[in-house]
Amino acid sequence: MFKLWPFNGGVHLPTHRQESSTAPLSIAPLPQKLIYPLARRNGRNAKSLVVPGERVLKGQVIIPADGTMNPPVHAASSGWVSGIEQRLLPHPSGFSGSCVVIDGDGMDEAVAFQGVSNYAAMESDDLRGKIHAAGIVGLGGAGFPTAIKINPPRQFNVEILVLNGAECEPYISCDDSLLRHYAHEVLGGALIFMHILRVARCLLAVEEDMPEAIAALELAKAEAGYGHIEIVAIPAIYPTGGEKQLIKVLTGREVPADGIPAQVGVVCHNVATAAAVHKAITAGEPLISRIVTVTGQGVRKPQNLLTRIGTPISELVEQCGGYTDSAQRLIMGGPMMGFALASDDVPISKSTNCILVAGQAEVVGEKTPMPCIRCGACATVCPVNLLPQQLYWYSRASNLERVMDYRLPDCIECGCCDVVCPSHIPLVQYFRAAKSKMAEKEKERLKADHARMRYEARVARKAQEQLEKAESARRKKELLATALSTSKS
Amino acid sequence: MSTRLLSAPFTRSELQIQSIMLTVVLGLAPGTLWGIFIFGWPALFIFLVTVSSALAFEAGCLALAEKRVLATLTDGSALLTGWLIALTLPPWAPWWIGVLGSFLGIVVGKQVFGGLGQNLFNPAMLARVALLVSFPLEMTVWANPSPPFSASAPGLLESWAITFGGVLPPDGTTGATLLGWVKTEFSQGRLLDESLPSGGYGFFKSFIGWTGGSLGETSALLFALGGGWLLKKQIITWHIPLAMLGTVFLLASVFTLVDGERYPGPLFHLSSGALMLGAFFIATDYVTSPNSRLGQLIFGAGCGAIVYVIRTWGSYPEGVAFAVLLMNSMTPVIDHYVRPRIYGRDRKGKPLELPEGRE
Repeated sequence: MFKLWPFNGGVHLPTHRQESSTAPLSIAPLPQKLIYPLARRNGRNAKSLVVPGERVLKGQVIIPADGTMNPPVHAASSGWVSGIEQRLLPHPSGFSGSCVVIDGDGMDEAVAFQGVSNYAAMESDDLRGKIHAAGIVGLGGAGFPTAIKINPPRQFNVEILVLNGAECEPYISCDDSLLRHYAHEVLGGALIFMHILRVARCLLAVEEDMPEAIAALELAKAEAGYGHIEIVAIPAIYPTGGEKQLIKVLTGREVPADGIPAQVGVVCHNVATAAAVHKAITAGEPLISRIVTVTGQGVRKPQNLLTRIGTPISELVEQCGGYTDSAQRLIMGGPMMGFALASDDVPISKSTNCILVAGQAEVVGEKTPMPCIRCGACATVCPVNLLPQQLYWYSRASNLERVMDYRLPDCIECGCCDVVCPSHIPLVQYFRAAKSKMAEKEKERLKADHARMRYEARVARKAQEQLEKAESARRKKELLATALSTSKS
Repeated sequence: MSTRLLSAPFTRSELQIQSIMLTVVLGLAPGTLWGIFIFGWPALFIFLVTVSSALAFEAGCLALAEKRVLATLTDGSALLTGWLIALTLPPWAPWWIGVLGSFLGIVVGKQVFGGLGQNLFNPAMLARVALLVSFPLEMTVWANPSPPFSASAPGLLESWAITFGGVLPPDGTTGATLLGWVKTEFSQGRLLDESLPSGGYGFFKSFIGWTGGSLGETSALLFALGGGWLLKKQIITWHIPLAMLGTVFLLASVFTLVDGERYPGPLFHLSSGALMLGAFFIATDYVTSPNSRLGQLIFGAGCGAIVYVIRTWGSYPEGVAFAVLLMNSMTPVIDHYVRPRIYGRDRKGKPLELPEGRE
């Protein structure tokens, strides 16, 4: 029996997984339109490599890489670039931004993909380069560049690779579907990660209420070995799929605050990322598709679809039979950590795991908040063991010093506190607001620091100039004096 | 489809403040009904007067503060506060004691601080203590058990006169509570072997509640059962009640072993006064007790210790209200110092040190 460790709190939520997981995985037809936002992680816009009117092929780089933090973006199908337009972004802000728009030509003509037959003979750095060039980012939600995650600082001794198949958020079943259909790809990807990281042990965590996925993985193991990969069934409690929580559950280790998992010898990846890496290394195919769950009472035929990245949500919903009459709200991601979309004319991004079309009775937006009665339910369920109630008081009062004292930055915004609050206070909303206020203040501080440094440098320069002036005057005087004395004598 | 952008999570608890309050009220109901039964009509009158005036004061304050009157009034908190105040009053107290108690609890104890969730002190205990020090006579006239149809039971009209007419209860129908009796007897040099039988003490009698006192001081059994039900419903946790009862039990055991003639044993303490009510229903008040489990243990133990000290050496026979109020004042301090260890941090809040051999 594998020893599992508990983490504090968490909540049991109805999974709503079967709505989408009982239907077979379908392959979405070629999209008529593909949309690629130019916005980067750093907030600046990238420059498109293609111009309107140009023909692009499937797998062609259309947005270049910019350092390791911003891997390139590839066209998911062939077509003609129709324009670079301002469009709604798949982002919680609801802002618009420049996007490359491609009209698909239905040919799906691809550039030549060049796979590697024996990656084991390759250097880790070369493999990382290939993974970066394939545009792979974490597919679990945060979208952090994978090449960076598999390049932990050398001083840390990484010994365990954790693959995260614990899909703990309700409604989402794309990883479940992936594990059931692509177990070999996931396990193969795990081997590539292990080779790159030079670790001997891999733990693949799956929630215990995903029996088909576990069976598929065990079957794949029986067929083809994968000796060092252990399949671990973990309790289905939200948010066990959070990186830090999962590491605690599997190893009993806690990632130090403000630290990274490598510090406790662990590197963690989503299972879908592993499959994408497998495809990129063995077949040379960049990240242009992923499995997306389209679910909720608001859509006629909930299911998982193998979707081209860049496909507009409207096309995907169409593929699922369209909206039902009770469709109320469009959410990208799950009901706990997803965000509401203002329109379905928004593309699937690399980190979109789920489109939840919530029905009327299904998902509650807001209830009238009542005063906090200090019941402490929020603290009981907080997986980070914070005190949400105190954080709430101080966030509301914008008392950033106290908020910091209660470690707001450690909050993972999982929403557990929100969900159990009998007063229906939107706690996480307050926390997000306080966090952005803190970021704002930090920015101002940096700006002030910068200004001060400039001022100090200027003062120092002036002083130096003064000094030099005085020095040269003194020297002149001296010279004059010696000249006078020599002329006298 | 709604295009209003809300932020996650998009799901919320079915549980409401209202249902929590109503569950607590239900937990109180058996003990309350028993109290009303053994003290008859006057007890019912004072109970109704107190609860309805609590609701009226709450509504008035909400209207003054321009808050949502109906939504807040129906959250059940004023009902619970009024109910608890009624449980602390002598069952044959005049009506104005109940009204004044509700005013003190709701207006002074709660709304002045900003309403639900903002008060530092338990409103019901504040009301009781304020009444006790202001009206010592009215607050210490304890009716003897006199259920309906018994010889000593007042009739409906007589009861009306007791509650509303300012008529004093007839002689012989009132007496001291057991805690008070033991204390007065001791001050006159009579020890327990004398005072307990003369006060009519029997553990069983005391435990089921056949004894004089306020409504909440009668049936330890029924309030303990109600508290157990709250535990089962996960409205409260075991930390405060166990720490409070355990501390009283421990102290009483130690002192009765030291001098059994001077100090009554743990069973006497547990079955007497408002200890059960206090441990399960009063000290566990969310608003005025600490958040962390460890803090709750400290809080409960503190309450228990103060109750025992006041009962044993203080000048009042019962100390639950004082104990809870004193510990209420400690709650912010406890909450400040006793915090849970955050993931990835040590107890002091510093990021965890890396284990040996890393880095």
